[in-house]
Amino acid sequence: MNFDFSDDQKQLRDQARRFLAEKCPPKAVRAVLEGNADYDRELWKGLAEMGFLGVAIPEEFGGAGAGHLELCVIAEEIGRALAPVPFASTVYLAAEALMLAGSEAQKRKWLPAISSGEAIGTLALFEGTGNPSPQAIKLVASNGTLTGVKKPVPDGAIADFAIVAARTGSSGRETDISLFLVDLKAGGVEAKALQNVDPSRQQAELTFKNCKAEPLGPANEGWSILSRVLDRAAVLIAFEQVGGSDRALEMGRDYALDRIAFGRPIGSFQAVKHLLADMYVSATLARSNCYYGAWALSTNASELPEAAAAARISATQAFQHCSKNNIQVHGGMGFTWEFDCHLYYRRSNALALSLGSLSYWEDTLIDRMRKKNAA
Amino acid sequence: MNFDDTPQEAEFRAKARAWIAANAPKQYEAELKKASLGRLKLDGANVLDVAKAWQKKKAEAGWAVPHWPKDYGGRGVSPIERVIWQQEEGVFGKLGALFIIGQGMCGPTMMAYATEEQKRHYLPPLASGENIWCQLFSEPAGGSDVAGLRTRAERDGDDWIINGQKIWTSGAHYSDYGILITRSDPTVPKHKGLTMFFLDMRSKGVEIKPIKQANGNSDFNEVYFTDVRIPDSQRLGAVNDGWNVSLTTLMNERMSIGANVATGFPELFEFCNNLMLEDGPAIDDRAVRSKLASWAVRASGLKYTSFRAISALSRGERPGPENSIGKLVAGSMIQDVATYALDLQGAAGMLTGAEDAEVAGRFQAMLLRSPATRVEGGTDEILRNIIAERVLGLPGDIRVDKDVPFNKIPTKGRA
Repeated sequence: MNFDFSDDQKQLRDQARRFLAEKCPPKAVRAVLEGNADYDRELWKGLAEMGFLGVAIPEEFGGAGAGHLELCVIAEEIGRALAPVPFASTVYLAAEALMLAGSEAQKRKWLPAISSGEAIGTLALFEGTGNPSPQAIKLVASNGTLTGVKKPVPDGAIADFAIVAARTGSSGRETDISLFLVDLKAGGVEAKALQNVDPSRQQAELTFKNCKAEPLGPANEGWSILSRVLDRAAVLIAFEQVGGSDRALEMGRDYALDRIAFGRPIGSFQAVKHLLADMYVSATLARSNCYYGAWALSTNASELPEAAAAARISATQAFQHCSKNNIQVHGGMGFTWEFDCHLYYRRSNALALSLGSLSYWEDTLIDRMRKKNAA
Repeated sequence: MNFDDTPQEAEFRAKARAWIAANAPKQYEAELKKASLGRLKLDGANVLDVAKAWQKKKAEAGWAVPHWPKDYGGRGVSPIERVIWQQEEGVFGKLGALFIIGQGMCGPTMMAYATEEQKRHYLPPLASGENIWCQLFSEPAGGSDVAGLRTRAERDGDDWIINGQKIWTSGAHYSDYGILITRSDPTVPKHKGLTMFFLDMRSKGVEIKPIKQANGNSDFNEVYFTDVRIPDSQRLGAVNDGWNVSLTTLMNERMSIGANVATGFPELFEFCNNLMLEDGPAIDDRAVRSKLASWAVRASGLKYTSFRAISALSRGERPGPENSIGKLVAGSMIQDVATYALDLQGAAGMLTGAEDAEVAGRFQAMLLRSPATRVEGGTDEILRNIIAERVLGLPGDIRVDKDVPFNKIPTKGRA
């Protein structure tokens, strides 16, 4: 058994960490958070030059052709640095959907553009309040055009193209849903940026009015493709969450070592030590679940649906736990705009909802475990 | 990243599997599968007898404590092969519970500090289960603060005379030998006046009294020492260096990975899968699912954390500190799981009779036993301190008694 990343993959992680430490300090995150830019263009360009955007994209489509384990280690660093770029929407959602279901022509057009940083992609799934379900999709496709409203769409206002989940039937079954690819710059779509809990990554509302769209993957198989895309993205976002958890824990630990109260470092009080020890426990459990998810993702194992849900739940819990208790350790200073604690708090709570909420994934995990058990 | 055995590991696994298939006491397999925290019963057989017989059979074929050196009753296998053996032994490994303290903690301490002659004499029967060993550390005045122990050892010629009391000694009532930590010099600070010995539990002056626990069982004991003589040749380590010797013992706990820590989750999942509530199967209930999912990822998180440690072993490295979370997570989890399983049963959850209670009272037994899991072998609080200090590098507690001669440390709170 070698349930760990290889030395090469660890080197890649170190390389990504160094790069992000230099190009993506908290100041860069704040620039986007405070509305000075809609994303960090310099950083995005740098990530492309480093080959990180296309790390899991095959070489024939302009990527590095490395694989998903490599993408996992980069995702962890993106999460640790809170990179204010459309990485998740473009790389985990759009690129994964294209690789799973795109036609040769679609892949030729968009995957190289993703790798080079020229194209931002996204997945337009949600339509207001609620979790992923075929019934919740009302946006209609007819005669190759889409009509309806999607929100929230991650990075929807800056994206060049979107994979859109649309209704093509009314039988009440999963087969009512098909996927489409829309060039957002070709007209027919109105994009509006929305305020959200983590402004360092944007959310948008996209309004489609008889917008031209091309099918992505076979008609009526949209939901099953989507499920697979969500599972894959769940593992990758879980790595972002693990990276964020570790950083929040480190911040809390460092503050506890430096801050003196009652004549001693606050980290010498058991109440504070135990808070931090529990954060370490959550982060460790999440990391281990994520490693299993990474294995399942990279080998396309039949265990992926269950592994992805477990990684998603565990990492969501860990990041929320670590980011909120990081503020607690910091005391009043943790609640200032000036300290970086809230950046992690915001990101953890946005990521917790980004692919459907915790309760949705809990339900999904037990459903999958039950089916496996019955089989 | 893979779960594959190396060719050597696969060969070892095949050999272990074949031997277990041909030799394990399969008549008890079903009952062992049903065993859970607070309940290990074998119909019509004495657990101790069955356990000793299985251990002896393993010893005869060289499978007892496989990671020990051959000369001491082991097989000399690598740490990763030890884990493979544990995986293959599966439910039959539950029979090894009686030997865990002896083989996991006493044996390694003997290996580090006993003479060669003593090792060859005492270790093989410890490996084969012929002799059971216990660990005499905790005292009424020293639980988490084990260095606060008061059992006295006084030199008398070639012997030491022991007087005092130990408590929470697992299995003392069926143990043949024990390792014993004592206070040899009360005039120096507490960590500096301790000495370690091993002794025959049938020595004159040793009195063992079972503790009736809160769950009604008696797995632990009080052990009283009245003028017990131990020859100096049974001292382990230097005089007054017992604290360092005890750290060797405790460090060995860290290496005993791969064994499954009981979380109660598989039992709860099965229960919820079969239980019918008013409006359908429990497992279809949204609230039940949410609870199950949270516990599922804790259980799988522990499992894959141990896989990470096993991988480190497989590469010939020492496992990292992440393994220290196992008991902390599992201990409180099993208590919560048991509480929830009773909650799902409504008022009938109170009932404990095998005929009246769901799943023959498995969760009721678990509930009543579970408070101990959060205390034994390091309380939740001590484990959190260990993680905070040794893993996260936070300052140690302020220890007001650290440099005070032991006999000047106050012994009472409110006068």
